[in-house]
Amino acid sequence: MNIVRPFRQHPRIAVALTVAALAAVALSTVAWAAFTPVTFASREETFEIPKGTWARRMAGNKVEILPSQVYLTLGIRDVLLLKNMDDVPQIFGPTLMMPGQSFRLPFEVASSYQFACTAHASGQMTVVVDEQPDTPWRRLVWRTRRILRAAV
Amino acid sequence: MRLAPRFASLSACVLVSLTALVSVTGDAAESEGLKAGVFNPARAAPDFSVRGSDGSALTLSRYRGKVVLLGFGYTHCPNVCPVTLAVLAQAHRKLGALASQVQVIYLTVDPERDDAERLKQYLAAFDPTFVGGTGTTAQMAAVRGSYGVTAQRVGSGSNYGIAHSSFVYLITRDGKLRALMPFGHEADDYVHDISVLLN
Repeated sequence: MNIVRPFRQHPRIAVALTVAALAAVALSTVAWAAFTPVTFASREETFEIPKGTWARRMAGNKVEILPSQVYLTLGIRDVLLLKNMDDVPQIFGPTLMMPGQSFRLPFEVASSYQFACTAHASGQMTVVVDEQPDTPWRRLVWRTRRILRAAV
Repeated sequence: MRLAPRFASLSACVLVSLTALVSVTGDAAESEGLKAGVFNPARAAPDFSVRGSDGSALTLSRYRGKVVLLGFGYTHCPNVCPVTLAVLAQAHRKLGALASQVQVIYLTVDPERDDAERLKQYLAAFDPTFVGGTGTTAQMAAVRGSYGVTAQRVGSGSNYGIAHSSFVYLITRDGKLRALMPFGHEADDYVHDISVLLN
């Protein structure tokens, strides 16, 4: 009570301390986002057509596996890996894949890549490859962009 | 009863060896380090028989023993095809003596306008060794279907365009569809991958 009472008597101090605490948290978050290296367990972003997908589609079910936009990052997650585990050939992303076949596509240049893809209503699939976040500023931008993309 | 432990250890050895062999084979496929997208396992590249720009029947199997770069496009293409063919021609030159072990085949997605003679003239502007292929609309659609290539007519009248897949397929000497090079790669990437496939 002895500690709380002075803040009640001086609300400006309480506000200032709250602001300072929030600023410290924000600063720590920004510092973490800028200085902690971005890592992934694997460089491969994997999408898989599960067994029975064709049968489910034939039954009238809408099955979306591959998003129309895929985001990759150079140096840490820059390989698109597609797997067809179904029993029939499938047009998957940019190519025709046989049952049990996989397709591994590495990217070495940051850019936006357009692929014709009949699996999407637009008829196109886009792979956006971002620069490697190898500086504090790039890491900060990369993490912010990732949050914004997830929110859309 | 004494044989049982020996049999068990022998089985374990065989199992370990097989596992090692499988993992080495898998690693080898991945460690090829191709710039192109790689199919695993590689399947037999679908064969075809169309009219060749050299006047004879053009089949894929004719080039067994060579690495084949197979592309799809059309001579009226305003941007993608000329770039792709120019890159392939540059790669072909850079290969030097190895170029004789490589064949570029370009199949038209526009058989209505691309006859054999037109293809021959068009491809010769890039590299005289390139071979084109054309046929009936149904023939060419069937070939496209077997490779998963898309081609959609855009616009109307005689000046129509065709939106089409812009990849180049990399086919090994033994006729396996090993990889797919997306549009935008440079000649050096082709030289790199061809060298890997030739070795």
